[in-house]
Amino acid sequence: MTSTVELPVRKGESGDKAARGPRRRVPGRIRRVGLPYLLLLPALILELLVHLVPMVIGIVMSFKELTQFYIRDWGAAPWAGLDNFRMSVDFDAPVGEALLHSFLVTVGFTLASVGLCWLIGTAAAICMQDTFRGRGLLRALFLVPYALPVYAAVITWVFMFQHDNGLVNHVLHDQLGLTDKPSFWLIGDNSFIALLVVSVWKGWPFAFLIVMAGLQNIPRELYEAAALDGAGMWQQIRRITLPSLGAVNQVLILVLFLWTFNDFNTPYVLFGKSAPEAADLISVHIYQASFVTWNFGTGSAMSVLLLLFLLLVTGVYLAVTSRGRRASRA
Amino acid sequence: MRSIRAAAVGAVTMSLALAASACGGGSSTEGGSNDSPKTLTYWASNQGASVEIDKKVLQPELDKFKKQTGIEVKVEVVPWSDLLNRILTATTSGQGPDVLNIGNTWSASLQATGALLPWDAKNFAAIGGKDRFVDSALGSTGAEGKDPAAVPLYSMAYALYYNKKMFADAGIAQPPTTWAEFVEDGKKLTKGGKWALGVEGANPSENIHHAVVFAKQHGGDFFTADGKPDFTNDGAVAGVKEFVDLMAKDKVIAPGNAEYAQNQSVSDFAKGKTAMLLWQSASANLKSQGMSEDSFGIAPVPVQSGTPGTGTGVNSMVMGINLAVFKNSDNLDGAKKFVKFMTSDAEQKILNTAYSSIPPVKGAQADPAFNTPANGVLKNTLATSAVAAPQVADESQFETAVGTAIKGLFADAAAGRAVTTESVKAALEKAQAQMPAA
Repeated sequence: MTSTVELPVRKGESGDKAARGPRRRVPGRIRRVGLPYLLLLPALILELLVHLVPMVIGIVMSFKELTQFYIRDWGAAPWAGLDNFRMSVDFDAPVGEALLHSFLVTVGFTLASVGLCWLIGTAAAICMQDTFRGRGLLRALFLVPYALPVYAAVITWVFMFQHDNGLVNHVLHDQLGLTDKPSFWLIGDNSFIALLVVSVWKGWPFAFLIVMAGLQNIPRELYEAAALDGAGMWQQIRRITLPSLGAVNQVLILVLFLWTFNDFNTPYVLFGKSAPEAADLISVHIYQASFVTWNFGTGSAMSVLLLLFLLLVTGVYLAVTSRGRRASRA
Repeated sequence: MRSIRAAAVGAVTMSLALAASACGGGSSTEGGSNDSPKTLTYWASNQGASVEIDKKVLQPELDKFKKQTGIEVKVEVVPWSDLLNRILTATTSGQGPDVLNIGNTWSASLQATGALLPWDAKNFAAIGGKDRFVDSALGSTGAEGKDPAAVPLYSMAYALYYNKKMFADAGIAQPPTTWAEFVEDGKKLTKGGKWALGVEGANPSENIHHAVVFAKQHGGDFFTADGKPDFTNDGAVAGVKEFVDLMAKDKVIAPGNAEYAQNQSVSDFAKGKTAMLLWQSASANLKSQGMSEDSFGIAPVPVQSGTPGTGTGVNSMVMGINLAVFKNSDNLDGAKKFVKFMTSDAEQKILNTAYSSIPPVKGAQADPAFNTPANGVLKNTLATSAVAAPQVADESQFETAVGTAIKGLFADAAAGRAVTTESVKAALEKAQAQMPAA
């Protein structure tokens, strides 16, 4: 392997002289090749500590019978073998049944949230494509939910969803008369809708931002040519905009999917540590298993299962989309 | 070049040091030491209306302790919502405070972690002896047959707070003493957008405190004598149903209370939206919300029949805060001195007056300040008719599982769905199935 790295030579000091100096303990070539790696090492080690070590510890914990009796010295917890995994996937028993329910709620929630975020974000980006008076201001306004701190934003929604004094019931019931009586949004079945509304409100500006960036790369000439050929707006969107956004959308949807599936802050701030059944997302469910009922071993096993599921989905998604890209290039 | 190499070597060394320290997590040294004899860290639970108020109450006392002993106490007031997680994290890492407040219902659960200093005869002797404390408060310091994991600091009991004017307007002369009377009076008080009672329907812990008492009044317990969960016995089911029925069947609680979890029921009572409140040591909180002391009365929580007492006549859990010492403390002697100071008669009077709680220390409890009619109710409840929380290692899980089940039942009641014996039993069955020991 040859290195093309050229180390800078200090002004007034010849490389030859520097090489002959008393500090020449490491051969120059090794130093040139090794230095970049040496400089990367702290970052690599920190990455190892921040991501890999906790992940490995989590996997080890999932094979242990880890409860409050052992958290002080978790290494001493007895091995549970595959018991934690068995319990998590035994859908006829309460723990597995609750996990499956939570998983299905999360899948439904994620599909709905990602779909709506993408739809609203894309529609807004297309509407903002042409220049008009006030476009800059509108763009900035659209990004406000994305820029706000999550906790402050979601807690405001909690106030708005209150049964007795909330703005949502005031508008829907008192002003518009759309409901027979004020609805509950933070408990019971409606909690799913409340969660979805907040998630979409928080998530669509990201889709808007990414799609807007993607639209900048589509040559204007394509639209002009299509217009000359008599293509209407809808046809232009279908035949030019959406196909051109293919690569952008693939990344966008994958990222939105992973974020939404793992979202912890929104349900936790909305409902606290015990979410209503209809909005029992898997992130809070696993948190509850680990940190509320102190079944750290079972919670870790559930986390590992979730990780495997997300890896599988990501892998399949990337395989399918890259095959699609190759086919379209061929 | 020298500087680059030095920086690289430094960074690598630091990374390795970090790695080494991270790998140390999960194990902890046995027993404490006296390596830092001049400082202590103290996690105080949020007792007052805000964290700032607590700091104002505690700081002069900590300054006094420093003057007496030369030990500086760095206090951090931790909100309730964070406290248990913070303690768990500290337990796992071994890097906790020296002294900390714990909710007395958590005593047995936290005792099981082995992170807290056991209060054996020698340690109790260092703070003046076990006999200084009231028996009922000592009953909530850890599992039976083991040395306590903590020392009682503030005692509290549930009482019935009632709005005197609303009672007079409804023509009710006396607060109810039985649940039948309560419902009868409640129906008179529920009118014109105002309701008889406020509850925190979406707060699992608050639900549990009532459920344990209601169950006890029906002759039921949530755990068997050997500590196994037993959530579906007839007494427990009847107790939970009677509690939720106050909203579902008797309709004396506003349906909106089903989503209360942030003490909104206390505010509603202070604002005159509800006529009654079942709460522990609420006086200071109500006063801080603008309610004058003579506008509300305090009575014992109703029972099924007769007067409150032992057996099925209990009307409160023994509530309160305990003071624990982290076994890993670097100033174990100082920590014990601090516990002695905080539980001294003089400090007990000051602190319990500030928080409108009752001292669990006999010497301080005898003070006239705690013999007012209001405090008399709380004191009498603690002495004669309060029951300790289940002192089992799974208490914390029980609070979440059963408390959440009751939250769901309140949601059903609020939505107008039937709450039947079967639905209550099914919810409790599911809660029991989620318990680790089940």
